[in-house]
Amino acid sequence: MTQLALVIDLNVCVGCHACVTSCKEWNTSGWAGPMVDQHPYDGSPTGTFFNRVQTFEVGVYPKTETVHFPKSCLHCEEPPCVPVCPTGASYKRPDNGVVLVDYDKCIGCKYCSWACPYGARELDEQQQVMKKCTLCIDRITDPKLSDRDRKPACVLACPTSARLFGDVHDPDAEVSIAIRERGGYQLMPEWGTKPANHYLPRRKTVMHIDQDELTRVDNPLRKEDLTTYTGEETLDDVAW
Amino acid sequence: MHPAFSVIFLTTLIGAGQGLFLAMVTGQLYAIARFLPVQADQFYAVGSLVALVLLLAGLASSFFHLGRPERAWRAAAKWRTSWLSREVIVLPIVMALVFGYGVAHWMGWTQPLFQVGESLQVDATLLLGLLGTLASFALFLCTAMIYAGVKFLQEWHTPLTVTNFTFLGAASGFMLAAAYSAYIGNPLVSFFGTWAVILTLVGLASRLAHLSRNAHLKHKSTVQTAIGVRHTAVVQKAQGATGGSFNTREFFHGQSQSTFARVRLVFLVLVFPVPILLIGAAYVTESPTLPILAFVTQYLGLMAERWSFFAEARHPQNLYYQSVA
Repeated sequence: MTQLALVIDLNVCVGCHACVTSCKEWNTSGWAGPMVDQHPYDGSPTGTFFNRVQTFEVGVYPKTETVHFPKSCLHCEEPPCVPVCPTGASYKRPDNGVVLVDYDKCIGCKYCSWACPYGARELDEQQQVMKKCTLCIDRITDPKLSDRDRKPACVLACPTSARLFGDVHDPDAEVSIAIRERGGYQLMPEWGTKPANHYLPRRKTVMHIDQDELTRVDNPLRKEDLTTYTGEETLDDVAW
Repeated sequence: MHPAFSVIFLTTLIGAGQGLFLAMVTGQLYAIARFLPVQADQFYAVGSLVALVLLLAGLASSFFHLGRPERAWRAAAKWRTSWLSREVIVLPIVMALVFGYGVAHWMGWTQPLFQVGESLQVDATLLLGLLGTLASFALFLCTAMIYAGVKFLQEWHTPLTVTNFTFLGAASGFMLAAAYSAYIGNPLVSFFGTWAVILTLVGLASRLAHLSRNAHLKHKSTVQTAIGVRHTAVVQKAQGATGGSFNTREFFHGQSQSTFARVRLVFLVLVFPVPILLIGAAYVTESPTLPILAFVTQYLGLMAERWSFFAEARHPQNLYYQSVA
């Protein structure tokens, strides 16, 4: 079974919010829109977003690292938000695993948002229905688009290619290889929700070499070596 | 969690309504068993009417919780998986049975339909009363499981949520039955008052057990599991929104810790000791007004209790919304 998902590389995300604005632009003007903006030019603007980039500081000053953390619906393989929905408006598409909300059936009871540990669902204050990331379902299922464009808006917008998109159930897909070989992990694995979206950890390209990897301390040839050295090459220089 | 007044009114009003109906049926069963004098049918009919009004008020209040109330009928669809859907189905069933029970008494449909054993004459009121009792307990279960069923809200995810809703709802209903009896000068006031005190004490045991459980609760999720960074010092600097979002409005009660502690103290005083003392004083002085005061006090206390129940729950999504920047 296909399970479409995003893989987000925290190692290269620079926190530019291009995915946030691109998501909002595409989705507010398309099938899932409008996504309300309240008081956009006042002191406390608020509105509906499918995707947000948050920032965390790891460590204690001055030894800190800044982690930019893009967060959207994780399209869980065991979505806890779906069974609690009283109307059936929340559902998981059987053909590609995307979790969606039918805006015509949603009664705005907010129960699904309580049942999501990630806070991925937001009630639209204007339409009064629950909204969330659709993985740009109208793009990724559109056969008229080219292969290059048949991806979520956030993936196309990312300038550092921190967002990969594909079928995490296909072991040969780019996303599966990235998860497998670059330490991909899930958020809050303790709840058993099996998020389809994965994150790739921060990495440092530092090689660690211990001293005994450079100097052999227990060379057995030394036992048999009867030479008295006077400054010339020793066994340790020529034989490991 | 943010305590919504629509849900506070819904759960407390239908709890009192179900409890009052249970009190009426209990009174009838005691009368059948000849432990109590038989009451006029009108007594049960008016009691059921009051219970029905409370249930209707609760239902009306619940609509204010919905973003799209005109689509509320759709909520009966997913009863196989959703406790909310089950509540939406059971609530009208309870209302219908309470209405039927009241009408059967009012119309005097008390001709025995059949006989069980030597002396138990079963009539329409008894059948409807027993069915309504079952439905009322089912409704307590459905209402409480909406909250107890969400495993992410660990403060709620316990059978104690179900016992709290059931015993506190029943206690307020019996308290109302005592107030109703006192108001019309019916001697059953001490019978209902005694049961109200017993149920209040059982509710107190259940609620204290819940509070002590939650005081020692260890949350499964941490900011480390939330973002997957294994470091002891992780602090949020920005949450991706300047002026807050649905996530900051729905999942935080927005009050200070001292306000929260004060509300808890208020409900612990108003729900438990004060009504019990008032009922005790009413028993001694045979006052017709003290049981009414006892019910009103306990109901106000229960609203604070429900507020505290919501505010106490800390949702794991809050880990992503710790700091506005």
